[in-house]
Amino acid sequence: MAKIKKTVKTIKIDADKCNGCRTCEVVCSAFHSEPKYSSVNPATSRIRVITHRLKDIWLPVFAGEYTPAECMGRDKYIIDGKEYDECTFCRATCPSRDMFKDPDSGLPLKCDMCEGNESGPLCVEWCLNDVLIFEEREEEVEEEVVIDEMEAGLEALIDKYGYDKLGTAFARLTQKA
Amino acid sequence: MRYAETGYNLEIDLSRGNIERVETDPKLLETHLGGLGTNVKIHYDRVGPEVNAFDPENLLIFSTGLLCGTPAFSANRTLVSFISPQTNLLAYPMMGGFWSAELKYAGYDKVVIRGKSPDLIYIWINNDKVELRDASHLKGKGAVETQDLIRQELKDPNVQVAAIGMAGENRCFTASIEQSRSSSSRGGGGAVMGDKNIKAIAVRGTKPVNLARGEEFMAHMKDIRKYIDFRNENPIPEVMPILSGIGSPQMMKHVDEKWHTESFAWGNSRVRRKDFWTDEIDKTWTESQTSAIKRFISCFNCPQQCGALIMHDDVPPYMMKCFSKLTYTMAAFVDDLDFTWRICKQAFEYGLDSFSTPQILAFGVELYEAGIFTDEDFKGCPTDKEGRFFWLLDRVARREGIGDYLADGTYWAARRIGKGAEAFDHNTTKKHEQMNIKLGMLDPLYYLMFATNEKISITQIEGNWPQAAFPDKKTREAFVKDWPQLPDEKFKKYFVDWEPRGEMANPQYPTPEMSSEIVDWMEMLHNIDDALGICCGMGSFCLKPPYHVHNYSKLIASATGMDIDQAGVKKIVNRSRNLHRAYNNIRGMRRKDELPPADHWKRRFPDLEETLMQTYYKFKGWNEEGIPTRERLHELDLDYVADDLEKRGILNDGQN
Ligand code: SF4
Ligand code: SF4
Ligand code: SF4
Repeated sequence: MAKIKKTVKTIKIDADKCNGCRTCEVVCSAFHSEPKYSSVNPATSRIRVITHRLKDIWLPVFAGEYTPAECMGRDKYIIDGKEYDECTFCRATCPSRDMFKDPDSGLPLKCDMCEGNESGPLCVEWCLNDVLIFEEREEEVEEEVVIDEMEAGLEALIDKYGYDKLGTAFARLTQKA
Repeated sequence: MRYAETGYNLEIDLSRGNIERVETDPKLLETHLGGLGTNVKIHYDRVGPEVNAFDPENLLIFSTGLLCGTPAFSANRTLVSFISPQTNLLAYPMMGGFWSAELKYAGYDKVVIRGKSPDLIYIWINNDKVELRDASHLKGKGAVETQDLIRQELKDPNVQVAAIGMAGENRCFTASIEQSRSSSSRGGGGAVMGDKNIKAIAVRGTKPVNLARGEEFMAHMKDIRKYIDFRNENPIPEVMPILSGIGSPQMMKHVDEKWHTESFAWGNSRVRRKDFWTDEIDKTWTESQTSAIKRFISCFNCPQQCGALIMHDDVPPYMMKCFSKLTYTMAAFVDDLDFTWRICKQAFEYGLDSFSTPQILAFGVELYEAGIFTDEDFKGCPTDKEGRFFWLLDRVARREGIGDYLADGTYWAARRIGKGAEAFDHNTTKKHEQMNIKLGMLDPLYYLMFATNEKISITQIEGNWPQAAFPDKKTREAFVKDWPQLPDEKFKKYFVDWEPRGEMANPQYPTPEMSSEIVDWMEMLHNIDDALGICCGMGSFCLKPPYHVHNYSKLIASATGMDIDQAGVKKIVNRSRNLHRAYNNIRGMRRKDELPPADHWKRRFPDLEETLMQTYYKFKGWNEEGIPTRERLHELDLDYVADDLEKRGILNDGQN
């Protein structure tokens, strides 16, 4: 595959500074509501703050790729004397947990770096504690096919119901339309 | 579709075990906004004057505010209202934290609870699924501990839990409801919850809260956010650090407590230790505080950090909120701040109000020193100050021995104990413990605030107006230059003219008329905050806050779609305020009850005080008994209340 120039966008997380306010969840969900800012629902946010307050755990995690299967082995981490649950650092939408799935449809959610928003990622802009730091750099990368949110959603539906069922439903809907 | 509010309340009748999701009347938004406003309306309509705190008919209402769950920063208050066992009036303590947003996301504005459960239960609200679950295994458990136990039981770390401890279960009159890093404390909500046999309310929600004009709402929030940034970077130069920022009021961040420790009275609000804050104290307190605080934390959707995670020695970790840092330590006359980190954990687990309780414990100590409590009463009590306080705290939470008296609060305990104990009840208004402060010269603003507000606890009424005159004119002029929060330019002159001494100083100045205007303004802001569910640290409590009369109506309009301006918002909160007052009047409150503690100021002026009260009453549209007149009620579309007051013989026809 050909090499192409790509802007890599990352958000650095300085979790030590996080005060657990969940503003990032609020604003992310508001931005992604239809129409924009018409509703707030942290359950649909592409960033979730994992908390175990009495263990001093406040950890913002961004929604990553969708994966149809949960992993076989899991990890446990001990950092600064605190034990983190096996899935804490994982960004994937996977069958074993509800996080990063739309609560109504069950479809996967993924951070899109607030595509289309002029001032960049909203969570970064609204976190007033400098926990989230936006970084952008140019990189030479292998060309790859990036799947968008709808494709990821369809893939999840296929995984859940199989091609046949989905095909039938799709055909029925097309007829109605 | 309903905007900002969900449009549904959860109605739970514990006696019948009945749970209903009830759609609310959309008109209530226009007449009472939400939060405090609609709570007062429900109590007025449904709880008669004959109902006492521990009757099954006493409603216990957990309410969100109108803007809770929206992107409005710091809109996270849960307001709990009930007839208070302490005052027998309608109380409405609030807590920050995360509970109210979660309730909104579960699809409810309020949880309205009536009746009593036969057994100890907890309520589990999971979107549309609501259950009463057995809590027998949680009996006697700590209020903080319970929150985590329930999360584990429900296998969801995101469940928000409001819980009571042993004090609530035992119906101590100062029992609190604890949640996250905050608590709903004043007036004994925990006791009413315990009386209803509810150990906790757990909530989890995954539904949306809708905004009518979201883009516009966000544009207003951007302005507010800009101001927050500005204020965080530019503390007010003219005032001391604890007053210079926003938030409520950042007691965890600042170590320098010279002002609180020297201006407030120690013990049972007795002694001012005017030379307390030495270099040595500064050093040891700094060490103690910085080592105990593991992390600064905030409430839901708030950039400020008024709370802290405490990890101190072998004390299990817990979260702490602002003023508790000083109350027990000062009441016990302990100089070592380490005591704070230890006793607060215990007090929060028991679920006791950290404002009233320390004064009550110190009152117990005073009674012992005066020979009213005997050696027999104190049998087994350690003799050191710290040990004695732990021992008393334990007795109170368990209602054991003298703890059974003290658990009723200073006022009721004094009357039950007799033998002259009444003389030691010197710091209550309407039977409720007040700020532990004893001052020299009467302050007209504070006189009115102590006497008249329905919140009853003074600490939460004061606000945007500086607490004392600034020493020189130049500083005052600098201060007023940049003060967009003011409702009217004329207030600037009031402030610049206000001198610390002389003719233009307390008690003559501000004049009764000016004092009425200023107090009314501060009260109104609190009432708006309490309807919207906004933290007073970002609105009514601080000097120059981000939220104020000039931007509130814009937020309300864009969030709800309501066509409303500043005057409209003022009218609504005035309506709710007068309804609340009328309700308390129906429950017996009159002019004679509106008295600050007798020794609050050394120098008193009975005639001026009476003038102040009558001027204020008049300004508010109340008669000389402090009861809203028919005319006033009519202006606020509350004719039904006027009829009700007349029918009950509280207002006389023709005399107002
Ligand atoms: S907005 Fe920032 S401080 Fe708040 S929870 Fe998110 S990352 Fe943490
Ligand atoms: S960058 Fe945008 S989409 Fe991604 S988590 Fe932040 S707010 Fe959400
Ligand atoms: S200002 Fe402080 S108390 Fe108020 S909401 Fe924010 S963190 Fe909570």
